[in-house]
Amino acid sequence: MIQARLKKTFPPAPDFAGFSLDLDFQAAAGVTVLFGPSGSGKTLTLDSIAGFVRPDEGRILLDDAILFDGPSRVHLPAQARNCGYVFQHYALFPHMTLRQNLAFAAERRPRLERHRRVNEMLERFHLQDAAGQRPHELSGGQRQRCSIARALIGAPKLLLLDEPEQGLDAPLRSELYEILRQVRAEFKTPMLLVTHDLEECFELGDQMLVLREGRIVQSGTPRKVLDQPLNVDVANLLGAFNLLAGEIRTLDPGRNRSRVQIGEYEFDGPYFPGRLKGDRVMVCVRPEQLKASQRNGRPGPNQMPAELKRAVEKPQWMRLEFSGGIAVDLPRAEYERQRENKEWVIEFPPDSLRVV
Amino acid sequence: MAIDWFPLWLSLRVAVLSTALSVAIGLWIAYLLANRDFRGKEVLDAAVTLPLVLPPTVLGYYLLVVIGRASPLGELWEKMFGSPLVFTWKAAVVAAFLHSFPLLVKFSRAAFEGVDRNYERAARNLGASEWRLFWRVTLPLARRPIYAAAALAFARSLGDFGVTLMVAGNIPGRTQTMAVAIYDAVESGNTAVARTLVLVISAVALIILTFANRLSPAVVKPR
Repeated sequence: MIQARLKKTFPPAPDFAGFSLDLDFQAAAGVTVLFGPSGSGKTLTLDSIAGFVRPDEGRILLDDAILFDGPSRVHLPAQARNCGYVFQHYALFPHMTLRQNLAFAAERRPRLERHRRVNEMLERFHLQDAAGQRPHELSGGQRQRCSIARALIGAPKLLLLDEPEQGLDAPLRSELYEILRQVRAEFKTPMLLVTHDLEECFELGDQMLVLREGRIVQSGTPRKVLDQPLNVDVANLLGAFNLLAGEIRTLDPGRNRSRVQIGEYEFDGPYFPGRLKGDRVMVCVRPEQLKASQRNGRPGPNQMPAELKRAVEKPQWMRLEFSGGIAVDLPRAEYERQRENKEWVIEFPPDSLRVV
Repeated sequence: MAIDWFPLWLSLRVAVLSTALSVAIGLWIAYLLANRDFRGKEVLDAAVTLPLVLPPTVLGYYLLVVIGRASPLGELWEKMFGSPLVFTWKAAVVAAFLHSFPLLVKFSRAAFEGVDRNYERAARNLGASEWRLFWRVTLPLARRPIYAAAALAFARSLGDFGVTLMVAGNIPGRTQTMAVAIYDAVESGNTAVARTLVLVISAVALIILTFANRLSPAVVKPR
């Protein structure tokens, strides 16, 4: 269990706008994802925990050990922190064989035990055949497994992963996810994973912390965060949302209903807790939750007419871009059936509406 | 024409020893400059570079002050070994050291700085002490450009003239290095000897520099 409260400020300079990190979070077993755009302080957070960077104030606790404490000036060196770290591009020592890389990490153990640990790790990560090779002779997948094995060999209390998916192609990515799932199951080590890939969040994350400009703007399970982004910023960070300005017309908590006006049309939606009648809000809907179909006369309930601007081919669906900046994702077959449509209506299923 | 080959042999011996001394001392300073932040770091860097730009006479004068027979260091040496340091071939080693040391520090610092930070972070993260980090990770990764730096330092040691002349003098068969011998030969009108020595020392330097060039570009690329 890691508990971290960190503050770190980089004052502005002529060529630098300045940056401040101010976080307070904890993470128990499982995978906690630090999600955010580049420059949001994700890697800085990992580096503070690993001891490469000294925070200005705060306190970092790993289980019972104090890694950093501002007031009492405790700042354990990186060597003593017992955190595994999987670096971007792995940082495997290029002048050592794979076996030597692992042995380097276990060097403080007695000889026999070291030997046993190295062999165990080689076996566990299917690296026995490559043990005598140098990193540049290995395949991408082997390098990846080796870097994770090296980080785990010292039995760390926490595993930090800095965008491990960077620069991997699709098959290697799914291999990585497979390994990390295996690690989560077998090692019980809490993992802190930095990424800006939403898909990875969902593949691996038990919890997610959304970072923006050095602050945590939202936390929760990935599903919950995607289901109800806290504000427009989070919705934008997650991407893949239609954001439409609207106004709440009626609210009915008893029947869990509401009506929202968007443009000249009114839509049924669920009850929005904490909102008042007349509130101006941003309505946010995911493209795959919308439906698009042929217009037949007057638009029905929860429908609005729109003009198709463009249809963009995506790997698994078609993205239709309509006037007003609304995007709708349709399955391919569905699109093929409707491609002759002259006029369109977009339907907003009541349960899909969220306001931020 | 009988050529005395002693100066060549002496020059090589002096260059080997002074390079070894430069590496032993210079690597640490270069490592500190590349990896640590401390007050006066840039002053130290400037002080180390100074011999590169000062006239040899100034360096020679400093050396005479520091290791001359009247100086504490010179006295200590005389007490320990029974003979003065100045005007022996050992003083030529000190002179060549002073001449080549800045080059070694400059190039080694660049070599250490060229090692991807993440390797050092990884080593620390895996529990390696600073000592082990240096010997097992940083030094092996910077090894090729450091060989190149040592080769350059060696070539430069070979070429020292002014400082050597001031602190080791020009005693044929004792302290007369290649550079000094060539000067001597030209002065006394022995052009044939001078020409041969010039060609030999140029060839040696050319070989060393070619060797250094082949080493230096292949810095280990971070990946």
